Amino acid sequence: MMTPSDGPLLVVDDLHTVFHTPRGEVRAVDGVSFQVAAGETLGLVGESGSGKSVLGRTVMGLIATGPATTVSGQVLLDGRDVHALKPGQRRQLWGPEIGMVFQDPMTSLNPVKRVGTHLTETLRRHLHCSRKEATERAVDLLNQVGIPEPVRRLTQYPHELSGGMRQRVVIATALACDPRLLIADEPTTALDVTVQKQILDLLASLVSERTMAMILISHDLGAVAGRTDRVQVMYAGRTVEAGPTRTVFDSPDHPYTDALLASIPQLSDQPHTVLRTIEGNPPDMTRPPRGCRFGPRCGRADDTCTDLMPALVAVPDGPARQVACHHPLLSIESLEPNAPLTEAGHGR
Amino acid sequence: MLAPEPVRRRDGRTSLALAGAAILVAGLGLAGWAFTTDVVVTFVRMVLLAAGILLAITGLGRLFRGLLGRKVDVVFWLGMAWLVLVLGAALCAPLLPLGNHDDSVAGLTEPIFARPDLGSSHPFGTNNYGLDVLSRAVYGARTSILVALLAVLIGTVVGGLVGMVSGFVRGTTDRVVGILSNALLAVPPLILLIALGSVLEPSVRSIAFALSLLTIPSMVRLARANTITVAEREFVLAARALGAGRVRLLRREVLPNVVLPVLSLAVVMISVLVVAEASLSFLGIGIEQPEPTWGNMIAEGQSGVMEKHPFIVVVPGVCLFLTVFSFNLLGEKAQKRWDPRSAKL
Repeated sequence: MMTPSDGPLLVVDDLHTVFHTPRGEVRAVDGVSFQVAAGETLGLVGESGSGKSVLGRTVMGLIATGPATTVSGQVLLDGRDVHALKPGQRRQLWGPEIGMVFQDPMTSLNPVKRVGTHLTETLRRHLHCSRKEATERAVDLLNQVGIPEPVRRLTQYPHELSGGMRQRVVIATALACDPRLLIADEPTTALDVTVQKQILDLLASLVSERTMAMILISHDLGAVAGRTDRVQVMYAGRTVEAGPTRTVFDSPDHPYTDALLASIPQLSDQPHTVLRTIEGNPPDMTRPPRGCRFGPRCGRADDTCTDLMPALVAVPDGPARQVACHHPLLSIESLEPNAPLTEAGHGR
Repeated sequence: MLAPEPVRRRDGRTSLALAGAAILVAGLGLAGWAFTTDVVVTFVRMVLLAAGILLAITGLGRLFRGLLGRKVDVVFWLGMAWLVLVLGAALCAPLLPLGNHDDSVAGLTEPIFARPDLGSSHPFGTNNYGLDVLSRAVYGARTSILVALLAVLIGTVVGGLVGMVSGFVRGTTDRVVGILSNALLAVPPLILLIALGSVLEPSVRSIAFALSLLTIPSMVRLARANTITVAEREFVLAARALGAGRVRLLRREVLPNVVLPVLSLAVVMISVLVVAEASLSFLGIGIEQPEPTWGNMIAEGQSGVMEKHPFIVVVPGVCLFLTVFSFNLLGEKAQKRWDPRSAKL
């Protein structure tokens, strides 16, 4: 397949993942599009259940489609449609093309296999190298992810390592075959705060060293803030806001992004400050609201919001900013495309 | 103050060991006397024998605790010693200087129902064909354990594989396997065995096959349940995300995690099947005379023989009891050790 070398590595276009459950259809991913270029990091943020992880797995093609699950839309990796490939061909992508880091390092390593086996098996399968070469490369990989005494670690079992070390091993296995795209699905959620920072820094440095593309999925805005180039905020399976990380977090356009940022507790807060939360719960995905998915929890919602699903449109609030809202929080109010804010819907 | 401490402890241990040895000797003495004496009635003899054995075990426990300085599970190790003895004897039976076990023509020249006499050429006596009871017990162990091991092997391999595949693939395969294994479980085992016994010829191979049918459904269930929990774990997904195919996932990710619980059930199954084989042979639909198994040896005690010559039944009965008991101890230990819930894998 021919692709321009400077084009984006991954193009996701109008992706839908629908689970057909006995209670009805669940549109876990509902029309999401984005692009990631080599050397770039995209952050996917949202609450639990917003469809981030399903999106990550759908992009990889890991979701088994069948009568209970349908996927539509396109995922183009280097111009190849991942979902159009035969299962066998798709398996060839996993490892050398796309790597994935999972949430919990306690469960994403097989307890009965040695650390070294995890690495060498993948290497030998994809790169067809000898046992000796594979071992050498495994030591090299463990060095790269900052594991001390790599030779000794090879013969250890996962339970002999700490959580942070295990996550490093998971990252090393995901990187074993030099993937061009790394999908990190909440890689730090199960770790201590101090270890979280180390792992995120490690991922960031690996991305720049290898000019890899990375998708960092997280519910932790802090994790995403400093280490991604662009960010995409998800709510109930849809993208509500997208743009360069810095400007999105500095001046959020969508009320949901604003509310998420406001609900991060600050250490500088007075003791006994009531934590700010977003009232209500994410919608029941078998019966999502007709209009804006966030409408029922939004302070700015009006009749338009309950009736009409807002489209993701470019807003002039900065370069490459997009938002799906009838009443975005634009910093330049005069440029707002819709009618001025109705004060009726403001403040609960 | 520091120096005398180890000495005192050592003294404590020495006296514990001495007391243990004394209790052991007393227990063995009591058991031995109860076994040989004619002074008291049989019931009292049996009670005294049991008391003597218990006493000996207690003494042995103290002796080892005194000698080694830590608690030793004496019953477990005695069981293991018995298993080693029986398996060793069964394995080397043709090499051992044993009497005639199945040639009833040669038995014509031997005394029949000779009483057990440890000094004579028939330490455990002879049966009504003049065949040596000790030799028959050893060869009986050979058949009984061979049949049980074969059946467990077939059951574990077939049941384990079927269960793993059905738990991993799910869907229609799983449903069909579920129906079949439930159907097999619904048939009363003894009736199934009698039915099979009347159809198949009574050879080691066919008895093993029939008995393996008993183990397959529970093996399928165990392997399937364990596979389902393992397959949901993230490391299977992670291996898939690294490009591993189904066969590889089953072989490298699922199998090593399922094999331990399955093996520990297999050990327990051995003892169940030793009993099942003995029941079949006792009923006359298992291995047939004159080839000995513990089951058909016990059956020789029928119609009044046991009342006159108790050793005919006691020898194979004790062998059966101790073997089943020991395999159960081993199985219990294995399950405790390998149970995924307690091992926190």
